[in-house]
Formats: sequence, C-alpha cells, structure tokens
Amino acid sequence: MIELAGYAFIILGLCFDLIGCIAIVRLPDVYSRLLAAIKSVVFGTTCMLLGTIIIKGLSATGVKAFLCMIFIIMTAPSAASALARGAHASGAKLSEEGVCDKYEDDKK
Amino acid sequence: MTKHSKYITWFLGLLIISAILFVISIYPIESMLRWQSPFLSRCFFIIMLCFAFCLLRLMLGPSAADRAIAADIMGILIVGFCAVLSIPTGRDWYIDIAIAWALQSFIGALALAKFLEGKGFDD
Repeated sequence: MIELAGYAFIILGLCFDLIGCIAIVRLPDVYSRLLAAIKSVVFGTTCMLLGTIIIKGLSATGVKAFLCMIFIIMTAPSAASALARGAHASGAKLSEEGVCDKYEDDKK
Repeated sequence: MTKHSKYITWFLGLLIISAILFVISIYPIESMLRWQSPFLSRCFFIIMLCFAFCLLRLMLGPSAADRAIAADIMGILIVGFCAVLSIPTGRDWYIDIAIAWALQSFIGALALAKFLEGKGFDD
C-alpha cells in the first residue's frame, strides 16, 4: 500500500519533468526557457526523490535521498539565477514578444 | 499565414510526443531491460525522452547561454534518473552517484555563469 504512494509521487515527478523538457525546446527566448524549465524540473526531481524515500523507508538509500533532496532544493534555483545574470551580461536578446527589460533600465 | 503555421507546428509537436508516449506504453520494454518491474522500466524510458529534448536544445541552441541552461537542466535530470534506477536494482550506490552529480552540476553551473559574464575566476 505504501509503495503505491511512492509510485504516485514518481508519476507526478515524471509529468513535471516532461513538461519542463518540452518547454526547453518550445519557448522562444533564453529567459523564458530558463524560467519555465528550472522550476518544473526541480519540482519533478524533488517528487521523484520523495517517492524513493517513501518506497525505501528508513534505510541508507532513504537517508541519502533525503540529503540529496535538500541539496537540490537549496542549490538549483541559485545556480539558475546566476545563469540568468550571466546570460544577460553576455548580451542574449529578448524575443519579439518580450515587453520590457527592467534589469537593463536599472543598470543605467 | 504565420498564424496558421504556428498552429500547424503546435499540432505536429503534440502528435509526435503523444505517438512516442503511446509506443512507450504499448511496447514490451521490460523484456529489453530484464527487470521485474514493467512500470519502472517505462519511467526509465520517459526520462530518456527528457534527455533527448535537452540534447536537442544543446545541439541547436543559437547562443552559448542556451547550451549552458540545457547542460544545467540535464544535470538535475540525472539526479532523478539515478533515484529511479536505485529502486528496481536494489543497489545503494546509485544514490551516491546522484549526490556527487548534484555537487558537480552546481559548481559547473556557477563556473559557466562566470564565463558567460565575461569575468575571470578570481573576481
């Protein structure tokens, strides 16, 4: 019974991963790709690690998966924001549908 | 004209993705991997589909920032891949690979961000 809950979390994580990886192909812009992909992929990977914890229980694999989950939640969004800052400094353009660029206005 | 071509490409992508998911759900994949669990072998192949999308963006990304983003997201996907892989095989060290890969991916993403910003590594 408790394995079914773990499998349900793995299915949820797979759906979010697939949506994020479709977004990284489909969207027109560097910033929109990063914004759409990093959130859904981090949530999906967190859900898959949570399913692993539920299935494996309190064993070595479960504890290591818990540590890995905390590390992913802490570090992946900060790495994504550093990448967005680097992309803006390297001169990546907005797409034609982009409305405004507040970061460029603040630097003046 | 451009409006119609946008809808046509949207429909074509939906058709391709649903066809791949249909083939994964019908085809007897678990005989290829020799695992006892048919559900987790299908999960395995769906994550491989995510890797294929990331590799597509890594090949045809127009700028360097696109490639850096695709590499970062592939590093996060590998962590979940190793977590799923540790369930049917019953080995502990796949999770060790996941922790090491998360550390390496974080440091690599920070180094790529510094490189894109055009600064040296010491300022």
